[in-house]
Amino acid sequence: MQSLIDWVLSFQNPWLTEPIVRLLSHLVFAPIVAVAAPAALIILTWLERKIIGRIQNRLGPNRAGPFGLFQAFADMVKMFTKEDITPANADRIIYNMAPGLGVISSIMTFAVIPFVPGFLGADLNVGLLYIVAIGGLGTLAILMAGWSSNNKYSLLGAFRVVAMMLTYEIPMVMTLIVVTMAAGSMSMAAVVEAQSGMWNVVTLPLAFVIFFMAGVAEVGRSPFDLIEAESEIIAGFHTEYSGIKFGMFMIAEYVHMFALSFFAAVLFFGGWQVPFVDVSSWSGPIGSILGLISLLIKVFSFVFVMMWLRGTLPRFRIDHLQNFGWKFLVPVSLFLVIVVAVVIRMFAPGSDVSVAGPLSGLVPFGEWVALLVANVLVVVVSLFVVSRVARSSQDKGLRAVAAIEGVSAK
Amino acid sequence: MPFDPSQIPIVQIVFFVMTACAIGGAIGVVSSPNLFHSALYLVLSLFGVAGYYVLLSAGFLAVVQLMVYVGAIAILILFAIMFARRLMGQGENQNNQQWWLSLPIVMILFAVLVGVVNTVSWPVSGAEPTGDTVMELGHAFLGSYLIPFEVVSILLSVALIGGIFLAREKVEAEEA
Repeated sequence: MQSLIDWVLSFQNPWLTEPIVRLLSHLVFAPIVAVAAPAALIILTWLERKIIGRIQNRLGPNRAGPFGLFQAFADMVKMFTKEDITPANADRIIYNMAPGLGVISSIMTFAVIPFVPGFLGADLNVGLLYIVAIGGLGTLAILMAGWSSNNKYSLLGAFRVVAMMLTYEIPMVMTLIVVTMAAGSMSMAAVVEAQSGMWNVVTLPLAFVIFFMAGVAEVGRSPFDLIEAESEIIAGFHTEYSGIKFGMFMIAEYVHMFALSFFAAVLFFGGWQVPFVDVSSWSGPIGSILGLISLLIKVFSFVFVMMWLRGTLPRFRIDHLQNFGWKFLVPVSLFLVIVVAVVIRMFAPGSDVSVAGPLSGLVPFGEWVALLVANVLVVVVSLFVVSRVARSSQDKGLRAVAAIEGVSAK
Repeated sequence: MPFDPSQIPIVQIVFFVMTACAIGGAIGVVSSPNLFHSALYLVLSLFGVAGYYVLLSAGFLAVVQLMVYVGAIAILILFAIMFARRLMGQGENQNNQQWWLSLPIVMILFAVLVGVVNTVSWPVSGAEPTGDTVMELGHAFLGSYLIPFEVVSILLSVALIGGIFLAREKVEAEEA
């Protein structure tokens, strides 16, 4: 970004002063980032239908264009030309505001993603918290849609969204704390820089698994798609929406999923880093292009994993979902934060404000190995505790069932 | 003379937009006949306050304001309204018979606040904000303000345990 500005400034044009060039660069690049994400929807819907088709032993779309590639355009035209219905007793203003707010909140997350070395919308020093804060706006949009439709199914969908988002936001924030501690900063660019030695997924595998599970739940995709469980509550919060407003909710969902893939790649898989090659030291555009390709490969792998999950896993029941979130993910992620904090402190290098940890500089790669071992230990301990608890609670449940049915439990 | 975008009073414009959000939202909260709309106005008002924090280079506070107030508290308020009210509880009056009693109290409070704002000399520092406010905040929390920080954590833990206790008791009572 800065190099591009310097390049334009090198023309010495009297009209192109630095503030103007800076303003122009924002005016040019912000729309590109904002439009590229929804435009990826075309590829994502096609990919989703193809992949799920293959999983279900079908061909998927194959009529419009080569490999059915133009199916998405046909769907788009259909959606644009459909009748736009507003229910008679709906709250018109909120009803019409909700889809827009949903799309805006999903696109806003792209402002902090570092695409290539030195290119990102806004290098906020609170980038990680910003993701969570903007996620809250998306929840608000769904809540508004569910309430304003004046439909009981919509309202039920909105209730489920809030219950789920509140539950899974906590483990997600906990894993973000772990990443922050590993990087020593909450800025997305700094998180990527900190992974130049070793990717976070190797040193913090448990944090990645929790983040991805909580993330899929936050996005509301299968197997966490209770918010639009069609066999139970028709379509959840967007039951009453049709035409382009329904399309906007679809855009929001896919952009959210795309954003989650970006976050997983940036926070745990080194973002634009290429293994064994230091791309950021290369001058010129080659390094940037390589970095972008590396990032996109990672992102589309996550997109594929999410589609794979959708094609193969059944939907959770709401009480299972809540139990899993509150009684397993929250305690495990809390425990992980404490363990990782202790390990990182042990290996902390001394500086003007902190005393060096007792183990710093003792063995090469010591911190990475210790973090990995700590993660594995947390997994083993938590699974052991869960299996013990599950055994005793199963008995209790059996006893409860027996009491209801009037059978003496013996 | 070339056009200089740095001459545009962007900070002032943003300040007035944010003020309009905060005050307009606050008026909406107390005047809207629909409780759900009131809660949404509250979100708008809190959003305006978050904007102030951004203008004051306190990015961390702004994001926390969004996360805690908009992302959690406002959504919980909306959630409670959706549970407690009829689906479209419209045309409710926010006033009751005691409005004349509260009017003088509110006016006295307003007068006191205006008096305080006018008499206190607000210290304004010309210094640029430090670069990484997050790190400064962290050092302050675990350094000079450690005891208040820990007291607040204990308070929150007590509230959390109390909430769990209250919810739990009801379930057991139903079973018995």
